[in-house]
Amino acid sequence: MTWLTPALLFLVTWFSVYLQTGLIPMRVLLGAPPSILPALVVYAAFTHGLGIVTALTVVAGLWADSLSGSRLGTGVAPLFVLGFLLNTRQHLLLRDQRYAQFWLGFGGGVGVPLAHALILEMGGAEPAWGWFTLRQLLGLGLLNGIACPVAFIFFDQLRGTFEYQQAGPGPYATNREMKRGRT
Amino acid sequence: MLLVLLNLPSGASARLKLAVGGVFLPLFGLSTAAESFVDRASYQLLPRQTLISELRRLEADNARLRFHATQADDALAENNRIRTQLGLLPRGPWKPRPARIVGRDPSTWWRTMLIDYGSRDGAQVNQPVVTAEGLVGRIAVVAHSHSQVALVGDVACGVAVLIAETRDQGIIKGPQSTVESGALEMSTFQHSPQILAGHTVVTSGDGGIFPKGLPVGKIIDTHAANAGLFTTARVRLGANLNRLEEVWVLQQ
Repeated sequence: MTWLTPALLFLVTWFSVYLQTGLIPMRVLLGAPPSILPALVVYAAFTHGLGIVTALTVVAGLWADSLSGSRLGTGVAPLFVLGFLLNTRQHLLLRDQRYAQFWLGFGGGVGVPLAHALILEMGGAEPAWGWFTLRQLLGLGLLNGIACPVAFIFFDQLRGTFEYQQAGPGPYATNREMKRGRT
Repeated sequence: MLLVLLNLPSGASARLKLAVGGVFLPLFGLSTAAESFVDRASYQLLPRQTLISELRRLEADNARLRFHATQADDALAENNRIRTQLGLLPRGPWKPRPARIVGRDPSTWWRTMLIDYGSRDGAQVNQPVVTAEGLVGRIAVVAHSHSQVALVGDVACGVAVLIAETRDQGIIKGPQSTVESGALEMSTFQHSPQILAGHTVVTSGDGGIFPKGLPVGKIIDTHAANAGLFTTARVRLGANLNRLEEVWVLQQ
């Protein structure tokens, strides 16, 4: 059932974009729509191949743009860059440490909306930003910092429950195992 | 693919956007159905006595409002007769159509919301959206079953306004504030020290999108800008944009 986690990842992304259009108390608390897309991209980048990461970032960016005032496609690039960088450099990062997951989510939560705003500015749009943007970015950073370890825990539990486990090392040292054929 | 998307003509991009947004229609439909179910369930729980007293209050309100509507119709007809005599175009009455809010902008950078009122209901771009408390915005994008409303203060929804007490004209134009803030900045076209806190801000009718006289909000405070050439005022919006559930779309 290796398709289950990617399928559920897309489903969670779809639902989280929908939730971004509501959750008024959370919007008031953060000062911004509660987007956890960067946290989901961080998780996908560490656990899936570049194909899934690319598909997820394209779909998530287009879905978010389709319901917002942004031009269609402007939200894809920041998510893709985040996913691509983490996926290609995952051997350098402490993916299993919770604090590393928090800071990666935090960085994504701050960087992705900021990069999106810069792209909008370069395209001639006038996104609403000012001093209040600092509070918004901090709120989004914290939200994604918390959401990222939660995503790892949730999806890893799911993988552990429904997917075949990789066989671990046996009780004997590998140099004591009998090998078939000539060596 | 991204470059193609970003270089699409604005019309094609808007149509594609609506098509992509169609994947959320089941969720919007589900949330609307759930809300109406909860409403119906709460009606069942209300005591009969409460319902009867509410009905009586609404009947009294209805009679009073019908009387006002008759007077307003007479005044409008008289106004139009006089405008015709003066060689001005008569003003058509605006028909309010109810709409329910199904979502808000998922992006940090815009002030828009989605309503369940689309082209099938007669929605058109630039129709004003209001509540009884004041102006909300204008329809920016129309789909078959829903529309996107640019809220007052969004860069796509500049509003020409005037102060009811002093008749000073000005403009409210974004982006100036956070998505949740109820206060916006208004700039007048000249320095006006007579504008005071508590004065009423209404639409001026300039620009041709919003009818004249729609309430917008109240002045919170003012200060001189550009070495005293203009006055900038903070305006508290009449409509609380965070608590909106239903709005009225004005059709001509």
